[in-house]
Amino acid sequence: MKDEGRITGAAHDSVIHDSAIKHVTGRAEYTDDITEPVGCLHAYIGTATVAKGRVTALDLSAVRAAPGVVAVLTEEDIPGHNDISPTGLNDEPIFTRDVQFHGQPLFAVVAESRDMARRACTLAKVSYDRADHATDIDAAEAAGYPDVTAPLTLARGDAARALAKAQHRIQGRMRVGGQDHMYLEGQIALAIPGEDDEMTVFASTQHPSEAQHMVAHALGVPANAVVVNVRRMGGGFGGKETQMNLFCTVAALAARATGRAVKLRPDRDQDMEITGKRHDFRIDYDLGFDDSGRILAVDGLFAARCGWSADLSGPVTDRALFHADNAYFYPDVRLRSRPIQTNTVSNTAFRGFGGPQGLIAAERMIEEIAYKLGRDPLEVRRANFYREGADVTPYHQQVTDNILTRLVDELEVSSDYQARRKKVLDFNAKGGVIRKGIALTPVKFGISFTATWYNQAGALLHVYSDGSIHLNHGGTEMGQGLFTKVAQVVAEAFQVDLSRIKITKTTTEKVPNTSATAASSGSDLNGMAALNAAEQIKARLVAFAAEKWGVAEDAVQFLPGRVAVGADIVPWDDFIKSAYMARVQLSAAGFYKTPEIHWDRAKGQGRPFYYYAYGAACSEVSIDTLTGETRVDRVDVLHDVGRSLNPALDLGQVEGAFVQGMGWLTSEELVWDDAGRLRTHAPSTYKIPLASDRPRIFNVALAEWSVNPERTIKRSKAVGEPPFMLPVSVFEAIGMAVASVADYRECPRLDAPATPERVLMAVERLRG
Amino acid sequence: MARDHIRFLLNDREVTLHDVAATDTLLDHLRLTARLRGTKEGCAEGDCGACTVLVGRLEGGALRYQPVNACIRFLASCDGCHVVTVEHLRGTDGGLHPVQRAMVDHHGSQCGFCTPGFVMALYALWMENPTPSEPEVERALQGNLCRCTGYAPIIRAALAMGAHGTTDPLMDERAQVAARLAAWADGDRVEVTNGQSRAILPACVDDLAQVFAQNPDARIVAGATDVGLWVTKFLRDLPVAVFIGHLHDLRAVTETEDALHIGALVSYEDARAPLVTHFPHMTRYWDRIAGWQVRAMGTLGGNIANGSPIGDTPPPFIALGARLVLRKGAVRREMPLEEFFLDYGNQDRAPGEFVEKIILPKPAPGTLHAAYKLSKRRDEDITAVALGICLTVADGTITGAKLAFGGMAATPKRAAHAEAALVGQPFALDTLQNAAKALPQDFTPLSDMRASADYRMRAAQNLLTRFWLEQSGEVAALEDVQ
Repeated sequence: MKDEGRITGAAHDSVIHDSAIKHVTGRAEYTDDITEPVGCLHAYIGTATVAKGRVTALDLSAVRAAPGVVAVLTEEDIPGHNDISPTGLNDEPIFTRDVQFHGQPLFAVVAESRDMARRACTLAKVSYDRADHATDIDAAEAAGYPDVTAPLTLARGDAARALAKAQHRIQGRMRVGGQDHMYLEGQIALAIPGEDDEMTVFASTQHPSEAQHMVAHALGVPANAVVVNVRRMGGGFGGKETQMNLFCTVAALAARATGRAVKLRPDRDQDMEITGKRHDFRIDYDLGFDDSGRILAVDGLFAARCGWSADLSGPVTDRALFHADNAYFYPDVRLRSRPIQTNTVSNTAFRGFGGPQGLIAAERMIEEIAYKLGRDPLEVRRANFYREGADVTPYHQQVTDNILTRLVDELEVSSDYQARRKKVLDFNAKGGVIRKGIALTPVKFGISFTATWYNQAGALLHVYSDGSIHLNHGGTEMGQGLFTKVAQVVAEAFQVDLSRIKITKTTTEKVPNTSATAASSGSDLNGMAALNAAEQIKARLVAFAAEKWGVAEDAVQFLPGRVAVGADIVPWDDFIKSAYMARVQLSAAGFYKTPEIHWDRAKGQGRPFYYYAYGAACSEVSIDTLTGETRVDRVDVLHDVGRSLNPALDLGQVEGAFVQGMGWLTSEELVWDDAGRLRTHAPSTYKIPLASDRPRIFNVALAEWSVNPERTIKRSKAVGEPPFMLPVSVFEAIGMAVASVADYRECPRLDAPATPERVLMAVERLRG
Repeated sequence: MARDHIRFLLNDREVTLHDVAATDTLLDHLRLTARLRGTKEGCAEGDCGACTVLVGRLEGGALRYQPVNACIRFLASCDGCHVVTVEHLRGTDGGLHPVQRAMVDHHGSQCGFCTPGFVMALYALWMENPTPSEPEVERALQGNLCRCTGYAPIIRAALAMGAHGTTDPLMDERAQVAARLAAWADGDRVEVTNGQSRAILPACVDDLAQVFAQNPDARIVAGATDVGLWVTKFLRDLPVAVFIGHLHDLRAVTETEDALHIGALVSYEDARAPLVTHFPHMTRYWDRIAGWQVRAMGTLGGNIANGSPIGDTPPPFIALGARLVLRKGAVRREMPLEEFFLDYGNQDRAPGEFVEKIILPKPAPGTLHAAYKLSKRRDEDITAVALGICLTVADGTITGAKLAFGGMAATPKRAAHAEAALVGQPFALDTLQNAAKALPQDFTPLSDMRASADYRMRAAQNLLTRFWLEQSGEVAALEDVQ
């Protein structure tokens, strides 16, 4: 029964994803499902087969002669700029003859069918003047490769001096692997040419505005000639923040060249070979601490495999530094990034955006202290949490909203950490081939784009004269439930049922100059923009009603499904109809920009983050010391989303991020061979977690008492990225199980991912 | 006279096709021709399950539906089948099917792209068992990847689906569908062509023997779980393909007093029950192979005939003393399984000759067995190292030893030196560890993206320790720990 006193689908309600029924019936339309215009052609990209070198001859005659081929495009066929670099460095040509990685796009074929285009691509005859390549950080460093973008230093105090004076000092190195997004829906773009210089593109993208600008640049037309649309993505995770640019521009170039619609969808292998991934890092740390386990000083160098161009490597490596403290106070600190160029695909955004790679270094340092002093790592963590008087980060932002003490205390109890840790120690003391480990690790994650100007959003809201509502905003839907949450905000504002609101595709035609749906910011920014639009319309409605009924404005109240005007109660639809008849403007463009944030990168100082999101996880694992196989036995999570806009969807984000993060730290491994070829380029070789890999016991809870102290949308917090780092607890529990073979005397110093091979080798190394 | 077209039921429509190339896939037919776009392409190699559909066929007069990966299922092989896609699902009231309802109620979708495939895999499970246990759900979902949810809500949905109903309209249609398929069973050979491509579906095994003897260059395609990738990944042509997955006479497992006779076309899924009954040590090994869709499609004969050094069937089968029966025309020959593998990509199979069956001797008294598979991810991953062990122990002394490894050489191969180090020695940890020390004389494994040579060797050696511990009643595998 519907509660007349309450709308359905208000903010904070656990309503289902707006597309849930379409998902399960197969009726949710993805870009490849859109009915193609008559005569639609298909493009495919031809790629380099060396990791570095100059193309000396590009013979495409057989390609052109292949069945069904309509056109072939190379760098000469780009009317505008041959560049899709997202940060304006002009370092990322669409097609090139200066090959910088194996798989780099050289040309594209346009044919009557996708199969014909794929087959034609294989007929190219390419000669190269090969050069020596460097695919990883060590090789690039040895070969003197440059940084792809300016590095960052964060410093406070005098780390060198404090290290020299410290009671204990440990220097170490950690390697952290990259990760492919493995979105189930691969990259795709459908470009449809229009009259004059118009181009409409349907694409799977987190950043339609950027795709719009890239297509405009490539075609040599103003941005107002290009429209980019996306209703939903089959997963993004950061992999469609800049990586769609290639596919959108090539499809648009092909459409311009042929005058016909063109679709471009790489197969999974090409998708993985030519799109960027999470950066792998090599982290060198120099750590000073005292007998009580308190950190005195940290000096860290974070080198990242960036690939051949900058892409987003600057902000990604910046964010690694911003999270190299995780939740811990470093009295004297210096953190430096080294965004090094390599002859691999250009790495990009991926959920956490460098943060996870920074955070895991902080947790490694905690482990170093704990093993050195023979303490429970949780004690060491607590001793170093940001606290009063010790609350300034390496980037000089004060941490004022820290709730980790309460969060960790509650989780310690609810997960029964102490008793279980004792059981684990007892189990390992028996000395069997199976060993166990347990770890409780925290997460503190800064929320806001560190590119301050990105922290803005727009929305467009129409109330039609029948009372139905059309909602549009600049955020994109990739499964996270953004559209549902923003619609809940609007439903709440107008006090109408969620079903009265039509959620519509993201399009550059309705809201311009949008930011990527990224940095976990979707609901924070777009929810506020939509609310702003709703408040504008509401203000006009209130003024209208006050005038028409002759009451004070505060006598107008929006009640569930109706409006109270003085003593009168008017059904919503009737109220809207009368407002329309009275010529009230029932449409508004909303806007929002995050207040209070600022960042001076040159100085390494500011307040880059509006607030922090927190969480903690306790994980228990078993490992097989004969084979290195691992199993996650139990995970307990307590995570902070402020006052949740939709607890069901937020819980889904936390669970999903956890398992995705587990994959990053366990089974997902990127392997390049000596020729610079990526050998893990499909799910047959690149292993993301399966249902049977999820924790055997998986208790996930939201910290229901948490309310964002900042004035965010309904006092909620961002949720997309922070929980991705919770499974560092899994990684550290594996480390503890490994360390047990040497009676915990030595920090296990596991590198990530902890594949069976790395675990076995670590066990053998510790056994000596 | 061969029939020159294929026909199948697609949901509730009859489809008749004359122009079919051997390389045409079911997925392309669904998405590009039939314009049924609920079925998605995620990987085009049978690993992600986004393209999962059900294929029903008559088996012994009964209609049986199984989940398959439409991306690597060849269209021609759908002759005589009922193909069911997500668009056909509905509940008894015409609304959501119980499986779909459960997925919605439990927030089982986020981006939704994998969801139709999950729904179809769960639907296949629901048809067999609407109230499955958690391990049964996990086994049913080994062939489906989700990148968003972390699976927890999907498992919750699967455990709840029976509560949303145990009947659906398709059940009511079954008799009618079975009758239509039965009416089509004309016993004819089918031969369809498109351009230069020919696809032949022999009428029976004898017909296969004749077709293959006449076309020794033809490619025999059983489950297509490997050949499918030749087409979708490497764009290879199949000028003449002989599809044999439908040949019932090769899909039987028969039991004699001392052996199992497994027809070459017995699928992984259908082999499971007889295998685990007679060889309980195979259970865990078998349950880690592939996903349900691939287990339903892939055949034991195909896995062997393919000759891969990392095929999962040979190591445990060689250890058990399996023999292979090959046939060409009317002539058959039999050989020990290990002798079939000559070298990388080269098997002892003459042109026109095909694998007809595998004979698996039942374990003799006094024999100890184990089968182990190691991979980067526990389930649905290609093997890094596999080991089949059979030791004969009499009065505490090892009198016979077979150690067959996969992933350690260019072919599935026995470890002669390690075996020699075992025979005649007491069955003790020292003995097994001595045998482990001999393994480097038997193998020089490769390094690749699955594992390094070093890991392969060490893990292979350690598996002998695991074997001894297990035989001694010790806990030596993760699955045995509470």
